[in-house]
Amino acid sequence: MGGHSIETRHLTKQFGKFVALDALDLRIEGSKCVGFLGPNGAGKTTTLKMLTDMLFPSSGECFLDGISVQKDRKRALEACGVLIESPEIYPSLTPRQALEMVADLRNVPVAEQKIRIPAVLEEVKMSDWADKKVGKFSKGMKQRVNIAAALVHDPPILLLDEPATGLDPRGMAEVRDIVRGLKKRNRLVFMSSHILPEVTDVCDEVALINHGKLLFYDTLDNVTAKFSHGQISVDVNFVHPLSDADVAAKVASLPGIVRVEQLDPRRLRLYTPGGPEEEAKILRGLISAGLDVVSFQESKSALEEVYLSQISRGD
Amino acid sequence: MGATIPASGVSVPEGTTPALTSPASHIQVFRLARYQLRDYLLSRRFILMLGIVAVLGVILTSVIGYYRPASLLGTSDNFYNQIWAGAVTVVIVFAGVIFGGDAIAGEFQNKTGYFLMGLPVKRATVYSGKYVAAFVSSFVALVAFAAILLGNAAFYFGTGAFTVAFLESFLLAVVYLLALLGATFLFSSMFKTSTYAVLVVAVMFIFGFSIVQALVAGLIKIEPWFIISYASPVIGYPFDATIPAHMVTVTSMGPRGHTTSFTSYNPTYAEGVVIMLGYFLVTAILGLLLFEREEFT
Repeated sequence: MGGHSIETRHLTKQFGKFVALDALDLRIEGSKCVGFLGPNGAGKTTTLKMLTDMLFPSSGECFLDGISVQKDRKRALEACGVLIESPEIYPSLTPRQALEMVADLRNVPVAEQKIRIPAVLEEVKMSDWADKKVGKFSKGMKQRVNIAAALVHDPPILLLDEPATGLDPRGMAEVRDIVRGLKKRNRLVFMSSHILPEVTDVCDEVALINHGKLLFYDTLDNVTAKFSHGQISVDVNFVHPLSDADVAAKVASLPGIVRVEQLDPRRLRLYTPGGPEEEAKILRGLISAGLDVVSFQESKSALEEVYLSQISRGD
Repeated sequence: MGATIPASGVSVPEGTTPALTSPASHIQVFRLARYQLRDYLLSRRFILMLGIVAVLGVILTSVIGYYRPASLLGTSDNFYNQIWAGAVTVVIVFAGVIFGGDAIAGEFQNKTGYFLMGLPVKRATVYSGKYVAAFVSSFVALVAFAAILLGNAAFYFGTGAFTVAFLESFLLAVVYLLALLGATFLFSSMFKTSTYAVLVVAVMFIFGFSIVQALVAGLIKIEPWFIISYASPVIGYPFDATIPAHMVTVTSMGPRGHTTSFTSYNPTYAEGVVIMLGYFLVTAILGLLLFEREEFT
């Protein structure tokens, strides 16, 4: 495959005088997972809603597989699985009935529905609840059914708005597995998320918006290399308090450490060009210097560093 | 989960995608209506509607059976004119409130619209599918009410209860139902809060339109042809030997010689049908246009 695409051309949305999205030009193509990042109110959901014709652009246009969403929503959405804003399902329906409705409206043959519906319910771990009314479900359970609804016709494009919303940690991990599975099957996934480790874990590319403007769109590797200036920070906790002399003699002098910040007497933040080997070398150096290390871990992921630096610059 | 992806590869080889073509819109309308109907049947509102019909039926059957008023039981036409023609509009209004009041507004307030709008369906399809479901549900309630009255009539008049006039009146009631549901869907499209939508629909159809109709005819002295409730009396016309006069002016002499006149109007048969069909068409188009422009913010 590889021909599937999501595109916005000069996409703008104003609510009165407030510009929620400002001339967004974005073209995503191929088989990959793209994380759509930004703080609350940045314009992520607004973009996704315009991509699905739930909101109308003030100007500009959206295309799914080259078909204008604004001119032909029906044809444009045929290739898409959509999950926007944790929708509600008619409470009197069961997950099986709700998925039958989706499959019927998408023209999935009945014979195929009999295989696909139990399969997607199994995939989102809702098989045991397949014939219970949705109205009695928790938010997380409804979200699982919504994810199943987005997958039931095996779409080549997925538009997911914070798919892990309402899920417990296990559910979040399961969503990551689903997205990884979609990538393996060459699907194009465009996913907004606040959970940066999740994005780092499953996405190949990231787009960051703030105040309705696109700050960057690139591969994860390029973004972290470009914006983190090759530095990451590691938080280290010690058994005993460290004096200034200890810090200068035993820590700051270790090779690979660019800067040291003392967070409290027993805790340091070390800045290093990064990389697992460099970090392992620093840890060995600390222990060799006779320091009792309790914990040693990256304080923020590279993406988080980039995210925070870019968002604070925009503010 | 994750390692195996059972939903995929069911019929699609790795790395390819299935043919994804949604059905024609008219097919989607009926599929959507089918699921909406299922939702009505499984939810309490359908039972509530049938309950209202049953209560009305029990009251009418008991009162008529107990008092047996001669004026009512003279002929089947009399019976239908006074019982069916009066009560059926109440049943239709209740059906409109129950099935149409929050039909569109509820999609916004309950966020079920986000589930539907992610699918490859036109907004007109969603609107039409919901309308068809509301119409079928209301029609079932109407048939249930008609069956109760036919049962009563059969008890008093035997086979003479099954008249062409009743069939004609039933069809007129169906046209009124079409119009009233069209109007309730229009009101429902104006709001994003179900309560407001249901309240406005209930107030307008239970007494709002009647008050406006009386004011327009009595004070402004023009024919209220643009009020939907003005058309409803034609449902009883099949039972009338003579259709009521189109315009009736009553003049009365006051104590000091002042005369006051009061004019009331009755729709002609054709006028009533045209008003109902006109309401259906205009409100359906307006409601759809509103829904086409509503955003899921």
